[in-house]
Amino acid sequence: MTEKLIFEYSQPGRGAAVQHPATHDAHALPAKFLRRGPPLLPEVSELQAVRHFTRLSQLNFSIDTQFYPLGSCTMKYNPRACNQYAMLPGFLARHPLASQSHGQGFLACMYELQEMLKEVTGMRGVSLTPMAGAQGEFAGVAMIRAYHRTRGDHERTEIIVPDAAHGTNPATASMCGCTVKEVPSTPDGDVDLDALRATVGPRTAGIMLTNPSTLGVFERRIMEVGRIVHEAGGLLYYDGANLNAILGKVRPGDMGFDVIHMNLHKTFSTPHGGGGPGSGAVGVGDRLLPFLPIPIVGKEGERYRWLAERDLPQSIGRLSGFMGNAGVLLRAYIYMRMLGRDGMARVAEYATLNANYLLHRLTQAGFDAAYPGRRASHEFIVTLKRQARTLNVTAMDFAKRLLDYGCHAPTTYFPLLVPECLLIEPTETEAKEDLDRFVEAMVSIQREAETAPATLKGAPHTLPVRRLDDLRANKHLDLAWKPQAA
Amino acid sequence: MPFIPHTEADVRAMLDAIGVGHIDDLFEEIPAQLRAGPLAGIPAALNEMEIGRLMEERAARDGRSLCFIGAGAYEHHIPSAVWAIVTRGELYSAYTPYQAEASQGTLQMIYEYQTMMASLTGLEVSNASLYDGASALAEAALMAVRAHRRSRSARILVPRTVNPTYAKVARAIAGNQNLVFEDLPYCTDGGHTIVESLRRFEGEDITALVIQQPNFFGTLEDVDELTDWAHAHGALVIAVVNPSALGILKAPGEWGARGADIACGEGQPLGVPLSSGGPYFGFMATRMEFVRQMPGRIVGRTVDLEGRTGFTLTLQAREQHIRRGKATSNICTNQGLLMMAGTIYLSLIGPKGLAEVASACVTHTHALVAALSSIAGVSVAFDRPRFHEAVLQLDRPVGPVLDALAARGIEGGFDLSEHYPELGPALLVCATETKTQADIDAYAWALGEILQAPHPDPLP
Repeated sequence: MTEKLIFEYSQPGRGAAVQHPATHDAHALPAKFLRRGPPLLPEVSELQAVRHFTRLSQLNFSIDTQFYPLGSCTMKYNPRACNQYAMLPGFLARHPLASQSHGQGFLACMYELQEMLKEVTGMRGVSLTPMAGAQGEFAGVAMIRAYHRTRGDHERTEIIVPDAAHGTNPATASMCGCTVKEVPSTPDGDVDLDALRATVGPRTAGIMLTNPSTLGVFERRIMEVGRIVHEAGGLLYYDGANLNAILGKVRPGDMGFDVIHMNLHKTFSTPHGGGGPGSGAVGVGDRLLPFLPIPIVGKEGERYRWLAERDLPQSIGRLSGFMGNAGVLLRAYIYMRMLGRDGMARVAEYATLNANYLLHRLTQAGFDAAYPGRRASHEFIVTLKRQARTLNVTAMDFAKRLLDYGCHAPTTYFPLLVPECLLIEPTETEAKEDLDRFVEAMVSIQREAETAPATLKGAPHTLPVRRLDDLRANKHLDLAWKPQAA
Repeated sequence: MPFIPHTEADVRAMLDAIGVGHIDDLFEEIPAQLRAGPLAGIPAALNEMEIGRLMEERAARDGRSLCFIGAGAYEHHIPSAVWAIVTRGELYSAYTPYQAEASQGTLQMIYEYQTMMASLTGLEVSNASLYDGASALAEAALMAVRAHRRSRSARILVPRTVNPTYAKVARAIAGNQNLVFEDLPYCTDGGHTIVESLRRFEGEDITALVIQQPNFFGTLEDVDELTDWAHAHGALVIAVVNPSALGILKAPGEWGARGADIACGEGQPLGVPLSSGGPYFGFMATRMEFVRQMPGRIVGRTVDLEGRTGFTLTLQAREQHIRRGKATSNICTNQGLLMMAGTIYLSLIGPKGLAEVASACVTHTHALVAALSSIAGVSVAFDRPRFHEAVLQLDRPVGPVLDALAARGIEGGFDLSEHYPELGPALLVCATETKTQADIDAYAWALGEILQAPHPDPLP
């Protein structure tokens, strides 16, 4: 099943006329400002467009239709109420620069969201403005730089990241004009403290850590890591990608972190939307409070208002045209209110229960855990190194074959230091039966790998397309449709 | 338990399988002294009925005003089908299309989007979206520095007619990599950037010139002359454009003799509600020669094992998950769902509809300016052709006038006095295709009444 391009439905003169504004005597602009010809947009009826995009949607896997255990991405159920109530007309119609007297309802939600995020992270201040995790990281590292600069400590431009870190961590450090120092992990998945001691020094700006790490284990010596970095004059950055694992159980502020970003589209279940929008709200401890990105919602008596340049003169500044992804923040607010105080810890508890159960079932079935002596956090790694060696099938082959079994693939080939890895994160919203079904699929694929490896190599077989030629995509760039190519 | 499906029997069976007595035993690796206590600051849970009622009340409290504010976010008609499709679970709850075979819907939509944006901007390639218009300018500046190999200065000229928030955001994001953003003054008669203001840079190393069309004042810039000056003096051109305006205005790829090099901007006018500032989507397009310097995701068309057409993420060697510290940007999650809204919007509205939307904007703003400037105490600041915004000067401070209008249910515009004190009490107003003559009359009547009162706070 495939669907032709929207342009291939187009006929000159067709259109969804009911969507066009009433015609007027146009007030003409001088010709020098006008475009030479019409843009290449489809001319289709409303039904043709609706049918086309509905059919396209049906080519996707999604949480609403499949188990989606994509490690480090927290693909949990996105409650429909969050969408419905964030899209009330009063919220949608409000202009970002409308008078604050016309925004008290919205601002109340944002203020309370800031307060709730402070409480679950143990931080002193929160800014909601970063528009994705990577922008939250940027804000965090920019604040660390601003902190050192304010103290006249201009040499501190090195950011330390563990080898298991997300690619965004080193990329962020570069965007902030810092250099990256990598520290290795020990064989059982913790940060190598001796290597860390050897790395810190007068140039250390800070360390970026995910805890639990992307290896799916909790960094047990986190207090020692903090001590080493703080004593060297650096600050601690918490990458909140895996906050789901510890929500309500441990707070990054209590672990000694100076700054944290949260992926609200992970932990607080706002939709991933096929690649966004996200939200990367940041929280800080005392040291970094003056540097938070603006705007922030303040409360004076019973009135809410934006705090901006005048209120926070040392801020690292603005990161978006207005205030970030407001509609995403409303969804996170609604989700947190529905979970309530007790629901926070339940997220971590059941996410961890599901991960450990799934890990246990898979190892029982003969799969190799990458860190066998360790408890799983909310996710864990299976390595297919043995299968690759003995059966010549790869993690990618397993991943593609899983699609035929109706499961989205786990994260493959990340973290980079574990060979042939599948990073599996079931999340708390999956039922035991769905986890059991995933184990059955993995067992069945293992059998196929032993008896009919070609089935894996050629997978997927049942999706709209078979495996795609990525090399050709890279070499013969075809990035936009052209009429003559039709 | 909200959203958790486990029965007591499930929990028992799962713990037994793992071999522990309690769920809490699974957290044994976390040092005991770090365990969090109860979260006293989080209120007790609400069920869906209760949260629904709370949100209804809060949304209603904010009311619904007649809005004449633009300044970077614009009220347009959004076809009902746009959000009906975008909120389908298959699009709404999918992730970034890393598993291409299981994400052909998302990938094909991105390819269609890239095609539309490339054509709209008159350039060859578009990425799959950035966060918003402001951060897109920051990324465009960083990209220009990478793309312009002969330029060593990382100096970017930013006319003061560029959205001042965009300029701030560009500094906040790109300043850490030692980019230098230099202001250019504007012509006080026309509210536009003039080539004469660029003369003092001749002979110097300039990496790029930013040109916003229409500019922040709504005025049309002489994009051809500015583009040609930049190219003649070795600088790249970054176009900041409004996608609705491109229904009629010259595409950046057509500016001057060679066209702009990078186009970027705010995609919100294409089917995305105002919603207090986001989520919106930033867009970016460029020439093929610079594609490897472009940040963000890009989709390519290719074939599968059987030779069937399919779509996949491509040129990933630019991105953070491959290149890590040497990536073109740290961007990972972008604004996929909003990009889809834009694609569906453009498909429904079509080339004719987009041109009509743009023309209606011009016409309605013309009518708005005529109605408001006939009021005593209101004058029009600039005399150049404009798109859908205009600067008005008042005979008294703008803030209290806007408050008085807001009290009557009218959002009267954006107060320019903080960003442009030299203009005195100046107000930026906007009328898109959504504004009727009756709306405009209502605004003019209210403003007339407010300005009839003696100045409580007369200007010196």
